[in-house]
Amino acid sequence: MRFPPGTKVRTRLLDPDHHTRLPRYVRGHVGEIVEVEGVCPLPDDRARGIVPPREETVYAVRFPAATLWGVGTHTVTVDLWESYLEEAG
Amino acid sequence: MGMGDHHGDLPVAARVRQLEERVIAAGLGTDQELDAVLTRLYANASPVNGARMVARGWADPAYRERLLADGNAAAADMGLGDLVSGYRLKVVGNEPGLHNMIVCTLCSCYPVSLLGPSPSWYKSLAYRSRAVREPRAVLVEFGLRLPEQTEIAVWDASAESRYLVLPSRPDEAAGLPEADLAALVTLGGLIGTAAL
Repeated sequence: MRFPPGTKVRTRLLDPDHHTRLPRYVRGHVGEIVEVEGVCPLPDDRARGIVPPREETVYAVRFPAATLWGVGTHTVTVDLWESYLEEAG
Repeated sequence: MGMGDHHGDLPVAARVRQLEERVIAAGLGTDQELDAVLTRLYANASPVNGARMVARGWADPAYRERLLADGNAAAADMGLGDLVSGYRLKVVGNEPGLHNMIVCTLCSCYPVSLLGPSPSWYKSLAYRSRAVREPRAVLVEFGLRLPEQTEIAVWDASAESRYLVLPSRPDEAAGLPEADLAALVTLGGLIGTAAL
Protein backbone atom coordinates (compact mmCIF):
# COMPACT_ATOMS: atom_id res chain seq x y z
CA MET A 1 0.00 0.00 0.00
CA ARG A 2 1.66 3.13 -1.26
CA PHE A 3 -0.89 5.86 -0.52
CA PRO A 4 -2.37 6.15 2.99
CA PRO A 5 -5.74 7.90 3.40
CA GLY A 6 -5.39 11.66 3.09
CA THR A 7 -2.69 11.44 0.39
CA LYS A 8 -3.23 13.75 -2.60
CA VAL A 9 -2.79 11.79 -5.80
CA ARG A 10 -2.90 12.66 -9.48
CA THR A 11 -4.34 10.17 -11.93
CA ARG A 12 -2.05 9.35 -14.81
CA LEU A 13 -2.77 10.62 -18.31
CA LEU A 14 -2.98 7.13 -19.73
CA ASP A 15 -4.73 6.43 -22.99
CA PRO A 16 -4.13 2.72 -23.45
CA ASP A 17 -5.35 0.83 -26.51
CA HIS A 18 -6.78 -1.85 -24.23
CA HIS A 19 -9.42 -2.06 -21.53
CA THR A 20 -8.81 0.02 -18.43
CA ARG A 21 -10.90 1.04 -15.43
CA LEU A 22 -9.47 4.52 -15.20
CA PRO A 23 -12.47 6.53 -16.38
CA ARG A 24 -11.54 9.21 -18.90
CA TYR A 25 -13.21 12.00 -16.93
CA VAL A 26 -10.79 11.66 -14.00
CA ARG A 27 -7.54 11.35 -16.01
CA GLY A 28 -4.87 13.90 -15.08
CA HIS A 29 -6.82 15.22 -12.08
CA VAL A 30 -5.84 15.55 -8.43
CA GLY A 31 -7.92 13.82 -5.80
CA GLU A 32 -7.55 12.56 -2.26
CA ILE A 33 -7.33 8.98 -1.01
CA VAL A 34 -10.32 8.42 1.27
CA GLU A 35 -10.08 4.65 1.74
CA VAL A 36 -7.82 1.71 0.99
CA GLU A 37 -10.12 -0.99 -0.38
CA GLY A 38 -7.79 -3.99 -0.63
CA VAL A 39 -5.83 -5.80 -3.31
CA CYS A 40 -7.44 -6.86 -6.60
CA PRO A 41 -6.22 -8.19 -9.97
CA LEU A 42 -5.63 -5.41 -12.50
CA PRO A 43 -8.47 -5.46 -15.08
CA ASP A 44 -6.14 -4.09 -17.77
CA ASP A 45 -4.19 -7.37 -17.52
CA ARG A 46 -7.19 -9.64 -17.11
CA ALA A 47 -8.86 -8.19 -20.20
CA ARG A 48 -5.74 -8.96 -22.23
CA GLY A 49 -5.52 -12.52 -20.94
CA ILE A 50 -2.24 -11.88 -19.10
CA VAL A 51 -1.69 -14.73 -16.65
CA PRO A 52 -1.21 -14.06 -13.85
CA PRO A 53 -2.55 -10.52 -13.85
CA ARG A 54 -0.79 -7.95 -11.68
CA GLU A 55 -2.38 -7.57 -8.26
CA GLU A 56 -2.62 -4.03 -6.96
CA THR A 57 -4.11 -2.07 -4.12
CA VAL A 58 -7.38 -0.34 -5.01
CA TYR A 59 -8.16 3.04 -3.47
CA ALA A 60 -11.27 5.15 -3.18
CA VAL A 61 -10.18 8.53 -4.53
CA ARG A 62 -12.34 11.62 -4.04
CA PHE A 63 -12.39 14.48 -6.53
CA PRO A 64 -14.10 17.84 -6.06
CA ALA A 65 -16.49 18.48 -8.96
CA ALA A 66 -14.87 21.85 -9.63
CA THR A 67 -11.54 20.18 -10.50
CA LEU A 68 -13.22 17.71 -12.88
CA TRP A 69 -15.70 20.01 -14.57
CA GLY A 70 -14.76 23.55 -13.62
CA VAL A 71 -18.11 23.93 -11.86
CA GLY A 72 -20.13 22.16 -9.22
CA THR A 73 -19.99 21.75 -5.45
CA HIS A 74 -20.40 17.96 -5.19
CA THR A 75 -17.67 15.35 -4.91
CA VAL A 76 -17.12 12.23 -6.99
CA THR A 77 -15.39 9.23 -5.44
CA VAL A 78 -13.93 6.69 -7.86
CA ASP A 79 -12.29 3.30 -7.15
CA LEU A 80 -8.84 3.25 -8.78
CA TRP A 81 -5.96 0.76 -9.00
CA GLU A 82 -2.57 1.90 -7.71
CA SER A 83 -0.81 2.05 -11.09
CA TYR A 84 -3.38 4.62 -12.24
CA LEU A 85 -2.09 7.01 -9.58
CA GLU A 86 0.99 9.04 -8.69
CA GLU A 87 1.59 11.23 -5.68
CA ALA A 88 0.58 14.83 -6.40
CA GLY A 89 3.58 17.10 -5.83
CA MET B 1 -32.50 -17.68 -22.81
CA GLY B 2 -34.86 -17.72 -19.84
CA MET B 3 -34.29 -14.35 -18.20
CA GLY B 4 -34.47 -12.44 -21.47
CA ASP B 5 -37.75 -13.80 -22.80
CA HIS B 6 -39.84 -10.73 -22.10
CA HIS B 7 -37.19 -8.47 -23.65
CA GLY B 8 -37.03 -10.60 -26.78
CA ASP B 9 -38.02 -7.83 -29.16
CA LEU B 10 -35.51 -5.24 -27.93
CA PRO B 11 -32.39 -4.51 -29.99
CA VAL B 12 -30.26 -5.21 -26.92
CA ALA B 13 -31.64 -8.76 -26.83
CA ALA B 14 -30.17 -9.43 -30.28
CA ARG B 15 -26.80 -8.04 -29.16
CA VAL B 16 -26.87 -10.17 -26.01
CA ARG B 17 -27.69 -13.25 -28.07
CA GLN B 18 -24.80 -12.55 -30.46
CA LEU B 19 -22.45 -12.17 -27.51
CA GLU B 20 -23.70 -15.42 -26.00
CA GLU B 21 -23.12 -17.18 -29.32
CA ARG B 22 -19.53 -15.90 -29.41
CA VAL B 23 -18.96 -17.11 -25.83
CA ILE B 24 -20.36 -20.54 -26.70
CA ALA B 25 -18.44 -20.76 -29.99
CA ALA B 26 -15.22 -19.94 -28.15
CA GLY B 27 -15.85 -22.85 -25.80
CA LEU B 28 -16.07 -20.58 -22.77
CA GLY B 29 -19.49 -21.82 -21.69
CA THR B 30 -22.75 -23.40 -22.75
CA ASP B 31 -26.27 -22.01 -22.96
CA GLN B 32 -27.16 -24.01 -19.86
CA GLU B 33 -24.20 -22.61 -17.93
CA LEU B 34 -25.07 -19.04 -18.90
CA ASP B 35 -28.68 -19.59 -17.83
CA ALA B 36 -27.49 -21.06 -14.54
CA VAL B 37 -25.35 -17.99 -13.85
CA LEU B 38 -28.34 -15.70 -14.35
CA THR B 39 -30.61 -17.93 -12.30
CA ARG B 40 -28.14 -17.84 -9.40
CA LEU B 41 -27.68 -14.10 -9.76
CA TYR B 42 -31.37 -13.30 -9.60
CA ALA B 43 -32.74 -16.15 -7.45
CA ASN B 44 -32.54 -14.28 -4.16
CA ALA B 45 -31.86 -10.78 -5.48
CA SER B 46 -34.32 -8.23 -4.15
CA PRO B 47 -34.40 -4.69 -2.75
CA VAL B 48 -36.09 -6.31 0.28
CA ASN B 49 -32.59 -7.42 1.33
CA GLY B 50 -31.14 -3.91 1.22
CA ALA B 51 -34.27 -2.55 2.92
CA ARG B 52 -33.90 -5.01 5.83
CA MET B 53 -30.32 -3.89 6.39
CA VAL B 54 -31.30 -0.22 6.32
CA ALA B 55 -34.20 -0.82 8.72
CA ARG B 56 -31.92 -2.49 11.24
CA GLY B 57 -29.44 0.33 10.85
CA TRP B 58 -32.24 2.79 11.69
CA ALA B 59 -33.39 0.75 14.67
CA ASP B 60 -29.98 -0.11 16.11
CA PRO B 61 -27.17 2.49 16.24
CA ALA B 62 -24.52 -0.22 16.77
CA TYR B 63 -25.67 -1.98 13.60
CA ARG B 64 -25.57 1.32 11.73
CA GLU B 65 -21.90 1.68 12.72
CA ARG B 66 -21.24 -1.86 11.55
CA LEU B 67 -22.97 -1.20 8.22
CA LEU B 68 -20.80 1.82 7.57
CA ALA B 69 -17.60 0.14 8.74
CA ASP B 70 -17.92 -3.25 7.01
CA GLY B 71 -20.87 -3.86 4.72
CA ASN B 72 -20.06 -7.51 4.11
CA ALA B 73 -19.92 -8.30 7.83
CA ALA B 74 -23.15 -6.39 8.40
CA ALA B 75 -24.85 -8.39 5.63
CA ALA B 76 -23.56 -11.62 7.18
CA ASP B 77 -25.06 -10.58 10.53
CA MET B 78 -28.48 -10.70 8.88
CA GLY B 79 -27.88 -14.04 7.14
CA LEU B 80 -27.19 -12.31 3.80
CA GLY B 81 -23.45 -13.02 3.72
CA ASP B 82 -23.61 -15.42 0.77
CA LEU B 83 -25.43 -12.79 -1.29
CA VAL B 84 -22.51 -10.37 -1.04
CA SER B 85 -19.66 -12.89 -1.19
CA GLY B 86 -18.74 -11.85 -4.74
CA TYR B 87 -17.92 -8.22 -4.01
CA ARG B 88 -16.86 -5.72 -1.37
CA LEU B 89 -19.98 -4.00 -0.06
CA LYS B 90 -19.52 -0.37 0.86
CA VAL B 91 -22.45 1.29 2.61
CA VAL B 92 -22.50 5.09 2.46
CA GLY B 93 -24.69 6.89 4.96
CA ASN B 94 -26.81 9.97 4.44
CA GLU B 95 -26.87 12.45 7.31
CA PRO B 96 -28.11 15.99 7.78
CA GLY B 97 -26.26 18.08 5.21
CA LEU B 98 -24.89 15.10 3.24
CA HIS B 99 -26.60 13.10 0.49
CA ASN B 100 -24.99 10.09 -1.23
CA MET B 101 -25.76 8.77 -4.70
CA ILE B 102 -24.35 5.79 -6.61
CA VAL B 103 -23.53 5.29 -10.26
CA CYS B 104 -21.30 3.15 -12.46
CA THR B 105 -20.03 5.33 -15.30
CA LEU B 106 -18.15 2.54 -17.09
CA CYS B 107 -20.99 0.00 -17.17
CA SER B 108 -23.79 -0.56 -14.64
CA CYS B 109 -22.23 -2.14 -11.53
CA TYR B 110 -24.56 -2.28 -8.58
CA PRO B 111 -25.21 -4.73 -5.70
CA VAL B 112 -27.86 -6.75 -7.56
CA SER B 113 -28.30 -9.23 -4.71
CA LEU B 114 -29.33 -6.48 -2.28
CA LEU B 115 -31.15 -4.15 -4.68
CA GLY B 116 -32.69 -6.53 -7.21
CA PRO B 117 -32.31 -6.07 -10.98
CA SER B 118 -31.16 -2.56 -11.81
CA PRO B 119 -33.67 -0.15 -13.35
CA SER B 120 -33.12 0.56 -17.05
CA TRP B 121 -32.38 4.23 -16.32
CA TYR B 122 -29.51 3.20 -14.04
CA LYS B 123 -27.88 1.60 -17.09
CA SER B 124 -28.64 4.51 -19.41
CA LEU B 125 -25.87 6.68 -20.83
CA ALA B 126 -27.80 9.74 -19.64
CA TYR B 127 -27.78 8.73 -15.97
CA ARG B 128 -24.21 7.40 -16.07
CA SER B 129 -22.78 10.55 -17.60
CA ARG B 130 -24.91 13.14 -15.81
CA ALA B 131 -24.81 11.65 -12.28
CA VAL B 132 -21.12 12.57 -11.93
CA ARG B 133 -21.40 15.89 -13.72
CA GLU B 134 -24.63 17.47 -12.45
CA PRO B 135 -26.12 15.24 -9.74
CA ARG B 136 -28.19 18.06 -8.25
CA ALA B 137 -30.01 18.58 -11.55
CA VAL B 138 -30.47 14.82 -11.97
CA LEU B 139 -31.99 14.58 -8.48
CA VAL B 140 -34.45 17.37 -9.27
CA GLU B 141 -35.60 15.36 -12.29
CA PHE B 142 -36.18 12.43 -9.91
CA GLY B 143 -38.30 14.77 -7.79
CA LEU B 144 -35.72 15.34 -5.07
CA ARG B 145 -34.84 18.99 -4.49
CA LEU B 146 -32.11 19.12 -1.86
CA PRO B 147 -31.33 22.26 0.13
CA GLU B 148 -28.55 24.22 -1.58
CA GLN B 149 -26.22 23.72 1.40
CA THR B 150 -26.61 19.92 1.36
CA GLU B 151 -23.42 18.35 0.04
CA ILE B 152 -23.77 15.64 -2.59
CA ALA B 153 -21.27 12.75 -2.63
CA VAL B 154 -21.38 10.65 -5.80
CA TRP B 155 -19.77 7.18 -5.73
CA ASP B 156 -18.63 5.76 -9.10
CA ALA B 157 -18.32 1.97 -8.76
CA SER B 158 -15.40 1.49 -11.16
CA ALA B 159 -13.68 -1.46 -9.41
CA GLU B 160 -14.68 -4.35 -7.16
CA SER B 161 -16.75 -2.43 -4.60
CA ARG B 162 -20.51 -2.21 -4.79
CA TYR B 163 -22.25 0.67 -3.08
CA LEU B 164 -25.47 0.92 -1.10
CA VAL B 165 -26.90 4.15 0.28
CA LEU B 166 -28.10 4.15 3.89
CA PRO B 167 -30.84 6.78 3.69
CA SER B 168 -31.82 8.95 6.63
CA ARG B 169 -34.78 7.65 8.58
CA PRO B 170 -37.96 9.65 8.03
CA ASP B 171 -38.72 11.60 11.21
CA GLU B 172 -42.20 10.17 11.51
CA ALA B 173 -40.82 6.61 11.54
CA ALA B 174 -39.23 6.88 14.98
CA GLY B 175 -40.20 3.96 17.18
CA LEU B 176 -41.67 1.76 14.44
CA PRO B 177 -40.76 -1.95 14.49
CA GLU B 178 -38.07 -3.07 12.05
CA ALA B 179 -40.49 -4.73 9.61
CA ASP B 180 -42.48 -1.50 9.31
CA LEU B 181 -39.29 0.49 8.85
CA ALA B 182 -38.16 -1.82 6.05
CA ALA B 183 -41.41 -1.19 4.20
CA LEU B 184 -40.51 2.52 3.99
CA VAL B 185 -37.25 1.86 2.11
CA THR B 186 -37.46 2.27 -1.67
CA LEU B 187 -35.03 1.25 -4.41
CA GLY B 188 -34.48 4.93 -5.19
CA GLY B 189 -33.55 5.47 -1.56
CA LEU B 190 -30.93 2.70 -1.75
CA ILE B 191 -29.42 4.17 -4.95
CA GLY B 192 -29.64 7.72 -3.65
CA THR B 193 -32.03 9.11 -6.26
CA ALA B 194 -34.70 9.57 -3.60
CA ALA B 195 -34.86 10.58 0.03
CA LEU B 196 -37.34 8.78 2.25
